[in-house]
Amino acid sequence: MRNERTTEEIAHAIRARVFEHTIRNNGGYLSQAASAAEQLAFLYNEALNLGPSTMPMIPPPFSGVPSAENTEYRTGAGYNGPFDVVHDRLFIAPAHYALVAYACLIEVGRMAPEGLEMFNKDGSSVEMIGAEHSPGMEVHNGTLGIGLSTGAGLAWGRKKKGEEGEVCVFMSDGEVQEGQTWEAVQAAAFHQIDNLWAIMDVNRQQCDGAMDSVMEVGDIATKLRNFGAVVAEVDAHDVAALRQAKATPHEGQPLIILAHSSPTHGMEFLRRRFPRLHYVRFRTAEERAEMNTAIAAELGIAPVDLGEN
Amino acid sequence: MEMVNRPYASAFESYAVQHPEVLCLSADLTSSCEIDGFRDRHPEQFLSLGMAEQNMLSFAGGLGLAGFRPFLHSFGVFLYRRPYDQLMASVAYPRRKVRLMGFLPGVTTPGGMTHQAIEDIAVMRTIPNMTVLETGDATEVESVVAEADTVDGPVYVRILRGSVPRLFDTPLKIGKMRVLAEGSDVLVVTAGITTEEAIRARNALGRAGVSVRHLHLNTLKPFDAAQIVEHAASVKHGVITMENHLVAGGIGSMVAEALAEAGLARRLIRLGLQDTYAHGGSRPYLMKYYGMDATALVAAVERLTGQATGIDEDSLAAARVDAVHSTAKAEAL
Repeated sequence: MRNERTTEEIAHAIRARVFEHTIRNNGGYLSQAASAAEQLAFLYNEALNLGPSTMPMIPPPFSGVPSAENTEYRTGAGYNGPFDVVHDRLFIAPAHYALVAYACLIEVGRMAPEGLEMFNKDGSSVEMIGAEHSPGMEVHNGTLGIGLSTGAGLAWGRKKKGEEGEVCVFMSDGEVQEGQTWEAVQAAAFHQIDNLWAIMDVNRQQCDGAMDSVMEVGDIATKLRNFGAVVAEVDAHDVAALRQAKATPHEGQPLIILAHSSPTHGMEFLRRRFPRLHYVRFRTAEERAEMNTAIAAELGIAPVDLGEN
Repeated sequence: MEMVNRPYASAFESYAVQHPEVLCLSADLTSSCEIDGFRDRHPEQFLSLGMAEQNMLSFAGGLGLAGFRPFLHSFGVFLYRRPYDQLMASVAYPRRKVRLMGFLPGVTTPGGMTHQAIEDIAVMRTIPNMTVLETGDATEVESVVAEADTVDGPVYVRILRGSVPRLFDTPLKIGKMRVLAEGSDVLVVTAGITTEEAIRARNALGRAGVSVRHLHLNTLKPFDAAQIVEHAASVKHGVITMENHLVAGGIGSMVAEALAEAGLARRLIRLGLQDTYAHGGSRPYLMKYYGMDATALVAAVERLTGQATGIDEDSLAAARVDAVHSTAKAEAL
């Protein structure tokens, strides 16, 4: 399924939507929209072979966790299309990007804008940290580092069954601090799992601040290559470059695209917050109003109408 | 008593070759888990994942999502201690049909603290969606492969390896405890390797005039609390649990919970590891040292009944352990 808009247009719309949501709700994962908008737009709009959504445009409420009794249980995978032999699967490994991923679902026509109104509301499936049952989420990834392993297992299984569909994992660079990420890369290389590819948002940020101040990880590309992956490095905000990176041959090896991004791309006003970008919140009404005006101007949209507030 | 050599090896191979969606996963303990022959004869169904259990657990979750039923082979302790988060998020929560084959449970390994799964049952039984089984003889090891694979969700199994005694001639059935004796003085509840010890003690106790009711559990979750309560209600002096595990969180705790919830007042003695780590040593040495052998059981019976039995260690060592050929015969003991 292809969207009629360009990937760049969708990326811009993701930023605008997450910005609006953040201002309206007095906080949000805004920097992740700045860094990852093109990557998610690229995945949904052109890179992945996804069938039409099998889920309602307005997400159903939380309907229980998986159990033997809960026969109606469904994951959020249907928003990424039917799980059949030809279509790709997508795991959002850093589930903290959920707000950005939901905004992307809306912009590519897989979820109604009303879905975002349910974000982080009690009884809703549109959870703050994407859960397995949240729209577009296929497995639980809230603990960082488990996504690539799960993707590798699924990809190995799909290859063994002769399925055409590939497995893509959207990753964050903070995940390379987790040992499991390296276990996953070595296993994917050892078992020649080449129907697996990942795109990693290398924004050099993590919860405590800039990665270099929290735990230096060195040269990620070299490390990944040494563990057996094919690596392509690109400017995360250059869609043509992403396209080219995706075409990198990687027979017998997983492909990992390092998408070097700016955590403030399109919202340079956020630089004032650097390096506290993981979750943007406002201490005062003035701060909120100032950001509303400044970033709206950068995005070329009207400031969010906050009414009496 | 018949001893069976490597019952898991042949049982797994004969089952797996009939079921192509079953995969054999190993984390560098392939011969230690008796699947080396399977690896050599069926490489297309075997996946080596190396010493990387965190990846193995999540990877298995992915295989489950792809429609496979992976059997993970390692020492029990390595299947949950380090990769607990992965077990929760990638396997248990989404109810993947992952079969965790935990070898060397409790003190059956001389490997000491790092190798001894002494809290595995406590951990596994508290995980929603998890089924927990424990094998107590060669027949149960042989039959648990197919039986575990019927579970619609993840399952953890304590597996006995090497030379394993054959005590039973009927297969393990999930949810079916074995009633090995129907005495009226004391209820003894055992599982795994403690069952053989209890059989040894029971024969001597019978000669000393103590009437023992003996249950062997192979399904620890779901736990049949109602049956336990029924049996506990039918004995005079109380209940003794004996487990190759910490008494906290294991069978001792399960029985205590069952009795308390039913409001049935019975004294309870819990034999097993008492809030302590174990150390490296032989199985008989460790079972004696930590009070989970026939001698410890006899002493517990004496505490419950307030009567000395006159049974000494020599007579227990000499006690014959006969195979239990059928439930009917066992109950007639």
